Amino acid sequence: MEPVAISDRLRAEFPDEILCSYSNQGQTAVVVRPGQIVEILRWLRDTPDLRMNHLRSLCGVDNARRKDPGLSRFEVVYNLYSIPLCHEIRVRAEVGDKDPAIDSVVDLWPGANWLERETFDLLGIRFEGHPDLRRVLLPDDWVGHPLRKDYPLKGKEEWAGMTELLDKIKELDRFGFDPEGHAHGQAAVQEEDDQ
Amino acid sequence: MTRPITKSLEIPVADGEGERYSLRMGPQHPATHGVLRVDLELDGETIVECTPQVGYLHRGFEKLAENKTYAQALILTDRLDYIAAMANNIGYCVAVEKLLGISVPLRAKYIRTITGEMSRLCSHLLWLATHALDIGAMTVFLYCFREREILLDLFEELCGARLTFSYPRIGGVRQDVTSAFIDELQRFLDIFPSKIEEYETLIDTNRIWLKRTVGVGKVSGEEALALGLTGACLRGSGVDYDTRKHQPYDAYDLVDFEVPLGSDGDIYARYRCRMEEMHQSARIIQQCIDQLPPGPIIGPDAPDLVMPNKVPARIEASTNAYGTGLIKLIRDRNLYVSGDVYVATEVPKGELGFYFISDGNNRPYRMHIRSPSFIHIGALAAIAKGELIADLIANIGSLDVVLGESDR
Repeated sequence: MEPVAISDRLRAEFPDEILCSYSNQGQTAVVVRPGQIVEILRWLRDTPDLRMNHLRSLCGVDNARRKDPGLSRFEVVYNLYSIPLCHEIRVRAEVGDKDPAIDSVVDLWPGANWLERETFDLLGIRFEGHPDLRRVLLPDDWVGHPLRKDYPLKGKEEWAGMTELLDKIKELDRFGFDPEGHAHGQAAVQEEDDQ
Repeated sequence: MTRPITKSLEIPVADGEGERYSLRMGPQHPATHGVLRVDLELDGETIVECTPQVGYLHRGFEKLAENKTYAQALILTDRLDYIAAMANNIGYCVAVEKLLGISVPLRAKYIRTITGEMSRLCSHLLWLATHALDIGAMTVFLYCFREREILLDLFEELCGARLTFSYPRIGGVRQDVTSAFIDELQRFLDIFPSKIEEYETLIDTNRIWLKRTVGVGKVSGEEALALGLTGACLRGSGVDYDTRKHQPYDAYDLVDFEVPLGSDGDIYARYRCRMEEMHQSARIIQQCIDQLPPGPIIGPDAPDLVMPNKVPARIEASTNAYGTGLIKLIRDRNLYVSGDVYVATEVPKGELGFYFISDGNNRPYRMHIRSPSFIHIGALAAIAKGELIADLIANIGSLDVVLGESDR
């Protein structure tokens, strides 16, 4: 099916949810409200003549520096593809400015689990109903979300865990990695000292 | 005298009945193919809970790319899947060309298809070598590296690098292929099919290999789709999805090839798929060599970086590199458009997708990389649950993950 036809069908099915749709380089995208995202994606997946069964990618975007007017600060972008019918569509859900959150789609595609964790990790968008929303790429005690536009490219401070790691190395040095070997080494040092 | 080195190195014991205990595999483990850590909850030898942990190799490529021009960000893609860097370069270039509407000359398309398939062979050979080694077949490792070496030498002949190529350019490729390169590649293609048969003689019907792979790590077609598996892992379960066929890029719509499918969805089916893919790759390269048309290798509207054909022997310190024509920067042309595209290419590991948002600047506003390895490791928990710990090694090998691509 032509991508524009899909967006028209979507508009007819969810008239209140669709904010706008546009095409770029032959690809069509629809911008939607976040409220019924699970219903919209389930409808796209299960309707017999659409069958968008492959969630190609899921990512978040921070629109803080974009010039286009009327964009909300954060959005989540879903790229869907239908393997049996060979057509695609992009769904962009606007998730607000402060404390962005949207419903999780892990029930539809278990593979979305890590993609949502990544979006939470790097952009701080919460996914309601996610079974295990933890950081995935960065350490658990990391402060901030690097892909936000107000996060600097270069920082002045080290990651807090770094000092802990260095301390641990020092501690391990003190003991030696092999207790037996270390005891021998110490004995040798002792002998040298005696001489 | 023995004593615990630190508290954290004592083996933690899970509360609960009987033999339940937890084990931390990796990040330094020879069979995890990189810095992958898997936290396991075991009942005897059976995996009760499996939690993969990634991020040890996170370098923030998506953030870095936002601060580089399109031409500069190309070098980051080498460092994604460093086993098949060329395929990643091509994926990036195809995506940027679609975003900016840049045309590519036909000869460049063919050259890219050749190098893309060569890198698929490189990746599959390394996969077969290490996967077999993990399961216990040593000889295959040596055989595969013998042929992989020829391919790496060919890459070196082509662009001077063996690992991180940055050979494709947005709008074409950097240098033309020489006739010596083509001759050498032809000699390789003449012997390669017989070499694949050699590997197959070693393991295809080997009783130990069959015991370790048949019926292990089973994933049904619907399950694989839901988990987001792509590439040979999806095709091994019988789902016919290959971006080269579904949304052809470069010269894939001009050559004839088949997409091998499995049906069982176990490790053996994925193994057969990849072996058959190697045959098909050789077929594609052969057709590209036969059809290779003459013409330019880079389009007229390629942005930013145009390398000269001849690099001057010495660059005067006083003149800057731009002035001497070493690197030509096109500034005035109204090249950059706003908009967003998602473009997927078929790399050896699966579907590599780039999602770009451009706001009319010469830097990507947002670049998201859909890396197959990341999603495959995410699926590992579901696949390995309930199986034996020894089969976890086989499963990791069979999913064919590389951590550089996963962590980005």
